[in-house]
Amino acid sequence: MIIDINFIGLIIASIMASAVPLILASCGELITERSGVLNLGVEGMMIIGAISGFALMTVTGSLIIAIFGAMLAGVLISTIFAFLTQTLITNHVATGLALTIFGIGISAMIGKNFVGIPGKEFPVLFEGLKDTIPLIGPILFGHSIVFYFAFALPFMTNYFLKKTKIGLIVRAVGDSPVSASNQGIKVRFVRYLCILYGGAMSGLAGAYLSMIYTPQWIENMTGGRGWIALALVVFSTWNPIKILIGAMIFGGLTIIQFHMQAIGVRIPVQFLTALPYIVTIIVLVVISRDSRKIRLSTPSSLGKSFHKDN
Amino acid sequence: MIKIVKRDQPSRAIFFFTPVLAIFLTLVSGGLIFFILGFKPFEALKFFFIIPIADKYGFSELLLKATPLCLIAIGLSFCFKSNNWNIGAEGQLTFGAIVSGGVALLFYEQEGFYILPIVILAGAIGGMLYASIPAILKTYFNTNEILVSLMLVYVSKLILDYLVVGPWSNPEGFNFPETRQFSDSAKLPLLFEGLRIHAGIFLALAAVIVSWFVFYKTYLGFQMKVSGFSLKTAKYAGYKGKKMIILVFLISGACAGLAGVGEITGPIGQLHREISPDYGFTAIIVAFLGRLHPVGIIFASLVVAITYLGAETAQIFMQIPKYTGQVFQGMILFFLLASDYLLFFKIKFIGSKK
Repeated sequence: MIIDINFIGLIIASIMASAVPLILASCGELITERSGVLNLGVEGMMIIGAISGFALMTVTGSLIIAIFGAMLAGVLISTIFAFLTQTLITNHVATGLALTIFGIGISAMIGKNFVGIPGKEFPVLFEGLKDTIPLIGPILFGHSIVFYFAFALPFMTNYFLKKTKIGLIVRAVGDSPVSASNQGIKVRFVRYLCILYGGAMSGLAGAYLSMIYTPQWIENMTGGRGWIALALVVFSTWNPIKILIGAMIFGGLTIIQFHMQAIGVRIPVQFLTALPYIVTIIVLVVISRDSRKIRLSTPSSLGKSFHKDN
Repeated sequence: MIKIVKRDQPSRAIFFFTPVLAIFLTLVSGGLIFFILGFKPFEALKFFFIIPIADKYGFSELLLKATPLCLIAIGLSFCFKSNNWNIGAEGQLTFGAIVSGGVALLFYEQEGFYILPIVILAGAIGGMLYASIPAILKTYFNTNEILVSLMLVYVSKLILDYLVVGPWSNPEGFNFPETRQFSDSAKLPLLFEGLRIHAGIFLALAAVIVSWFVFYKTYLGFQMKVSGFSLKTAKYAGYKGKKMIILVFLISGACAGLAGVGEITGPIGQLHREISPDYGFTAIIVAFLGRLHPVGIIFASLVVAITYLGAETAQIFMQIPKYTGQVFQGMILFFLLASDYLLFFKIKFIGSKK
């Protein structure tokens, strides 16, 4: 049997496609966490983005409105989280959980009228170049704009955090809110913005799922990807470039599982489906075992509220 | 003018008042949501919160749903009080149900007074085993318990799915994803003729009493409280942190496992695909709403159980989507957390001299 080299290219491309929502949501959450805020509501913000994108696309017919609308929906829902944790100084973990429960409920409520409606075709770029280069062609060309954005995002995030002044401010706020505040930085304002940015990216990740990847609305369609995105941030030790690697591993697990089922490997479906979750746990254990290393790379004020007494 | 002043001490009266405030605000916002969706707000709220429990059957259903919520929330309060974020109770419930269901199937078509206690014990052990995974990983490998316990929820549901469609499925069941019916000796007895409320409620009540005793009358309860306030203080006092983490996870796992036993050995009497409508997650809200206090949790579980029933009734009679229940649950937690602000801060109205 000759394996078509382009077929391998297609498999790699499909792994990358399934990594896209993880990269988007993780990079957003990474900025939020770098500013010292732990938002466990990623799953909720993602599912809100998914339904908002799909609903706007169906109602308005405009893909651009849908994509930006989904991001805006992510921003709006994360505003609740920002207001509670920053202004009312609530516990980050509990508030994030509430956000996820609320988001899943609201999305199912809105989505009731959109179940079973077929999605639209999303335009892809460089379609014509796909067959020009073997192997590389299918990997590089013929994807949506969101796909390319996702793979550029870790590098942009890295540049932002390391080379720009605002990036430095975000890190300062996360590592030492008290000194940042003494320097005249408005800690809570910076954290607000970082939370909203995380919401926008989660919203985009959700829209990618419902508008490009699947593309249709299915209840609870994020299926734990938001939680895996959170795990990826720990996996990356808060380094955006490593998010890329982690997301590819998890994308790979998802795709391999499909192919193993297709070629009839005699392993129960459920075990293959459980694989990404089990691997997440194993990876977390391996990463976290060295407690000193984790402590060095974790934003020092992660999950702690900051309140300046007037 | 309004001025916000920090309180010298958190107010104890407000501590128990805010849950009531949160429920009230949830009802108001709920009415608003119903109005936006095009329903008459008062009528919708009536269908949601009053009609479902207006008769004897409805009240029994309320207790049936409140039982697992209360049981799990009691267990979770051990974890939350001591700053351990076990959010995978749903997984511990599922695994407890799997183990106790497996044991119950071993006694297929056998009768005997000893069967039920073994089945119940098996469920508690199953929940404990499953909860011990995040606990051990947290204590010995420094792994985040939130993510591990949550990932295990997905895994447990897949294990259950595999068992009920595969090796444990009923051989005479026409390939339905369910096991054989348990024998009568492996089922929790129903309390009243024609109602579904079963003896599992006594497990929940026992958990309430035992937890009250542990929290307020034992050294362990005191240690948990101190660790919850400040891990540093706990360390200075020389408490065995690791042992306590594992212990609270085991207690919480046992409670969730028992809730799982109740779900499968109660009215249903077999294992099937969907044994719990996310009781494990909703119980997190119950624990907070009840202020991590055993008596508070009883009330909170009743309140939150209504959202389950109300969602069903409202769907049947008014075509209101059943997910409204989850929306209500999320809102309760939001409002509760928000009104905690009043614990630490006073709002003063100044300027209007009389």
